[in-house]
Amino acid sequence: MIQLSDAQLWLVIVLLGAGTFLIRFSFLGIIGDRPMPRWVLRALRYTPVAVIPGLVAPLVLWPAATDGDPDPARLTAAAVTIAVGAITKNVLAAIIVGAVTLFGMLWLLG
Amino acid sequence: MSKETSSPFWRGARDGAPFVLVIAPFGMLFGVVATEAGMDLAQTMSMTVLVIAGAAQFAAVSQMIDNAPIFMVLLTSLAVNLRMAMYSATMVPHLGKASLWKRALVAYFLVDQSAVLASETFEKNPERSVAWKVAYILGIMLPVTPFWYGGTLFGAVVGGRLPESFALDFAMPITFLAMIAPMVKTLPHLAAALTSITLALLLNGFPYGTGLILAAFAALAVGALTEWKLEGNKA
Repeated sequence: MIQLSDAQLWLVIVLLGAGTFLIRFSFLGIIGDRPMPRWVLRALRYTPVAVIPGLVAPLVLWPAATDGDPDPARLTAAAVTIAVGAITKNVLAAIIVGAVTLFGMLWLLG
Repeated sequence: MSKETSSPFWRGARDGAPFVLVIAPFGMLFGVVATEAGMDLAQTMSMTVLVIAGAAQFAAVSQMIDNAPIFMVLLTSLAVNLRMAMYSATMVPHLGKASLWKRALVAYFLVDQSAVLASETFEKNPERSVAWKVAYILGIMLPVTPFWYGGTLFGAVVGGRLPESFALDFAMPITFLAMIAPMVKTLPHLAAALTSITLALLLNGFPYGTGLILAAFAALAVGALTEWKLEGNKA
């Protein structure tokens, strides 16, 4: 559960909205077509793969639902989700197959 | 308006329609996860409308559950969204001449789907007018936006009523993995992802989510450097 107060949570919501808009508006509205160093544009391309795997890895290995103990059902579901996503390039298919795997494993392992 | 034959707005809407299949369930998942995390309906909907970027919203909720300080919550989630600066840059040659409020409007609607599809279409039709291109990108969002908002609303209303046995704790990790796996399409992407995972796990004990930020910066550098090396070998 989120421990923040209501005011803090609203602050996060508003600042995240404003910050995201400014990122989207950055070149289109502010920077224009002034030349940027190539390494900047290059680095921007890697931001999702740099952040999300690191964010998700501890959640997969040490799930809060099992008090941080690695859980075979969740590990299997994670592996299947990655495999389906990588092979089909289809986000929705990966979510569905991953969820079905999770429920199947939880049911099997009782 | 110009004398072009088929309306760019409706062509955008038609091209954007298939995204609904991903957007609706994805929005719903966010509604479920945010509600489970303790956000009320107004907060969940405000986040979905103001931010309109699933990955960053999931990242923010995840960091808040993890009790990270507000500054780190924002830093992590905005870092996930930095890719949109790249989308913004790719739009400049096509839409840079539009009026300020139109550029602001397009910026709000510059999500993964609209940015990728619009830049593909604009590359193929560079001679189209600025008005055509603005109408096209807004057209893409015509089907996408209501299903994103509506999906979240549905998830938020239904989410609180689902039983514990649904293992909803794992909805977020599965969604993240499903999103990221198709993005790892080159060796540099793979190198960045593996660096991120390894360092995030090693530095997991660092306070206030600083481990993740360090891991992300290292991963960025590894990704960019790997690409640079590979290009060097090709030349």
